[in-house]
Amino acid sequence: MSNKSYEVKESEKISSDIEGYLKEQEQKSFLRFITCGSVDDGKSTLIGRLLYDSKLIFEDQLAMLENDSKKDGTQGDDLDFALLVDGLAAEREQGITIDVAYRFFATDKRKFIVADTPGHEQYTRNMATGASSADLAVILIDARRGMLTQTRRHSYIVSLLGIRHVVVAINKMDLVDYSEDTYRKIEAEYNLFSESLNFLSITFVPMSALKGDNIMDSSTNMDWYKGQTLMTQLETIDVSKQTAGSPFRMPVQWVNRPNLDFRGFSGTIASGMIKPGDAVIALPSAKTSKVKSIVTFEGELDVAISDQAVTLTLEDEIDISRGDIITELEQRPETTDQFQAHVIWMDEQPMLPGRPYLIKTTNKTITGEVSELKHKVNVNSLEHEAGKVLALNEVGVCNFSLDDVIVFDPYQNVPATGSFIMIDKITNTTVAAGMIDFGLRRATNVHWQAVDVHKSARSEQKRQKPVVLWFTGLSASGKSTIANLIEKKLHFLGKHTYLLDGDNVRHGLNRDLGFVDADRVENIRRVGEVSKLMVDAGLIVLTAFISPFRAERRMVREMLGEHEFVEVFVDTPIEICEQRDPKGLYKKARNGEIKNFTGFDSPYENPEGAEIHLHMKNMSAETAADMIIAKIEEKYLLEK
Amino acid sequence: MKNLTHLQRLEAESIHIMREVAATCSNPVMLYSIGKDSSVMLHLAMKAFYPSKPPFPIMHVDTTWKFREMIAFREQFVKDNALELLVHINQDGVDMNISPFTHGSAVHTDVMKTQGLKQALDKYKFDVAFGGARRDEEKSRAKERIFSFRSAQHRWDPKNQRPELWNIYNNRIQKGESMRVFPLSNWTELDIWQYIHSENIPIVPLYLAKQRPVVKRDGMLVMVDDDRLPLKKGEVPEMKMVRFRTLGCYPLTGAIESNATTLTEIIQEMLLTKTSEREGRAIDKDSNASMEQKKQEGYF
Repeated sequence: MSNKSYEVKESEKISSDIEGYLKEQEQKSFLRFITCGSVDDGKSTLIGRLLYDSKLIFEDQLAMLENDSKKDGTQGDDLDFALLVDGLAAEREQGITIDVAYRFFATDKRKFIVADTPGHEQYTRNMATGASSADLAVILIDARRGMLTQTRRHSYIVSLLGIRHVVVAINKMDLVDYSEDTYRKIEAEYNLFSESLNFLSITFVPMSALKGDNIMDSSTNMDWYKGQTLMTQLETIDVSKQTAGSPFRMPVQWVNRPNLDFRGFSGTIASGMIKPGDAVIALPSAKTSKVKSIVTFEGELDVAISDQAVTLTLEDEIDISRGDIITELEQRPETTDQFQAHVIWMDEQPMLPGRPYLIKTTNKTITGEVSELKHKVNVNSLEHEAGKVLALNEVGVCNFSLDDVIVFDPYQNVPATGSFIMIDKITNTTVAAGMIDFGLRRATNVHWQAVDVHKSARSEQKRQKPVVLWFTGLSASGKSTIANLIEKKLHFLGKHTYLLDGDNVRHGLNRDLGFVDADRVENIRRVGEVSKLMVDAGLIVLTAFISPFRAERRMVREMLGEHEFVEVFVDTPIEICEQRDPKGLYKKARNGEIKNFTGFDSPYENPEGAEIHLHMKNMSAETAADMIIAKIEEKYLLEK
Repeated sequence: MKNLTHLQRLEAESIHIMREVAATCSNPVMLYSIGKDSSVMLHLAMKAFYPSKPPFPIMHVDTTWKFREMIAFREQFVKDNALELLVHINQDGVDMNISPFTHGSAVHTDVMKTQGLKQALDKYKFDVAFGGARRDEEKSRAKERIFSFRSAQHRWDPKNQRPELWNIYNNRIQKGESMRVFPLSNWTELDIWQYIHSENIPIVPLYLAKQRPVVKRDGMLVMVDDDRLPLKKGEVPEMKMVRFRTLGCYPLTGAIESNATTLTEIIQEMLLTKTSEREGRAIDKDSNASMEQKKQEGYF
């Protein structure tokens, strides 16, 4: 066996010339790849076999494997290689792969990191996790079953994530009597399917991971196959990306300021190369300068290339911070707050257009929403399908609208500056992977896309974020007074507002309603609906209603998006309210002339967890108004 | 244009991870165990932020049973590099006289290491802790994300990990929750040694072979590092040429007989050896999925 002699050669080299051996190791090339395909196509077995055949299983691990194979194995008396990789207790119990496992091995030609990814559809997100950092995919197909939905799904996701090289490993050939016919059929079917995918190279190999056919050594059982073994393909395929000619991009990750004399910008070069003296521009601020030095711990560099983590200093003192991208002057990335992207949805909760999510790019996190789901992609047929939401593991093409601009390249051109993840604002989980296709609303873009006028477009125009400031409290507690003051102040600041209170609602919209509980609830529901429309129009809405019940306040809160409802509890002791009594209502209530008066014969439920709680006993309305404006300023009132 | 070497790539990835934490997390800490992986991690931290110092403290959770040479090395290293070091010892465990001999390795490790770590994280309210673990060490580690989420109870949920795409890391947590971040995830044992070799990174001398007093116990060579080691009947410490592949609590860390007295000789020996490095650790052998279980309970 050739790998045996490799092992002997290695040992001799290590024993006789360790320094030379280490030098050689340093110069070895390197490949990151994934294994994917449907359940039971033999992915874990293949990796176990690769580790075993490249002598990376130590004696103690082998002893444990023999032990485990007897206990949990599915291969009778043979070693069950899958048990080497399926490391979680749940995986071993169920005999399936749940999450991606990373494994490391080397031959005399190359070092490898392989990600073994799960085949079950429900764990597709873990498969995508593994694929996002790989340069090549080995797609396994069980020769007995041929192409399955998961084969197509995984091939599509692999292509979508930008992996350009694929080895289709037609496995378990031992179970189809090493039939060339079976192999050719699958090969033809895959070729037909992959025509619409974006691969640079596709090669096929018939093999048996279990028996070792065409893994390290050419199989004697398949003389008809004249191609290379799987290992030879993995060792020789060239996946290098071009550095020369690629545009220079360095997203600023961290500003390096040890003292007043040094100001550097640290980041990992996403594309291209850079030398001292090169002219650069920082986007989106569009300030230009020249690179003064490339600083590293080892000293300054003459040149730095893609994937290196460096610190740049510039000739001019310009204001750059995390989120900016330093780039060359010629081929510049685009700046936009609206773009189209492909999205792989990874959460049990479906993706809802209009719901705000966090969008995290390489160095910036901002709020954004899907303004439109243009279509879904059927992973079987690759056809477009209409849809309103994206469910777990579905792929869709979406238009995005962000609260701020990002600097990007199309994912196809520069993956590192064209990718993003989506994060749920409440659960903080990663819910999607996104790959930007192109920017919208861009004069230079030949695919100019019409953008519907929607909430964020309207509010952006007003340089504010829409919100409802919901004042609640007893009659005469000061709700309307404070709300009035705030509206005046906001108006003075150039903000667009509207105040809803009993006076302008009870006389028109709600004049059919009285003061019994059911009417109070309906009153609030209608006010809530009107507020919602006004928020959609981009306005800052102030409402002043007693709104005594928690449930109704919660109802309105839930009608609106996250951060669009700010509850303000005007907490004035009832004695003070009764003293004020501007409309004489307390007096009438005490005399029994008014029924269902809040605080007397109708309850007031104090808010729990109001965003703002005003203790009005010792505070003036003016102070309260200023306090509220200060609180909302950063989030809702945008500069300029 | 010359391509980056394998080690240069690994180095850049680790630096990227550390900078990401420094730029986006409010209160990170780097856990330092004095071992070779920690030494590499700390070296990378010095590089990542140069000319600044790493913008986070270094913390050692001391079980009080570390080799004396490890503690001496720690003190010297911190002094030489002018770093801020926090040392945490689980005082409850000390008060209860927890020892690996009377309570067994499992209880000792849980109280002094796992509970000690949780205490320290809670005490200083660290939201992110860097650890030097590698995916090639053990099967459940091979499954773990680089940014690994922990609940408010410090638990790892292996069946429900966040997807981790590209090098865009989701480090968002609620109050009380935390992240363990593993910048060396993609390094192998050989990569670590090669890097130590090419970068001249100082390591604890215990990794190199020397005449040391040991006793053979349960198939393991235990070094008599101080007089707390209760000798059983018939046990007489013998001087042997030994070294350690991993370093931890001395009663739980088995020595191997070796003549490798230089760095290249250890690498040579490691490459020719037939057992994995965790074999020397009593703690990993308790049960098959023992590491996964310990990690779920909050072990690093």
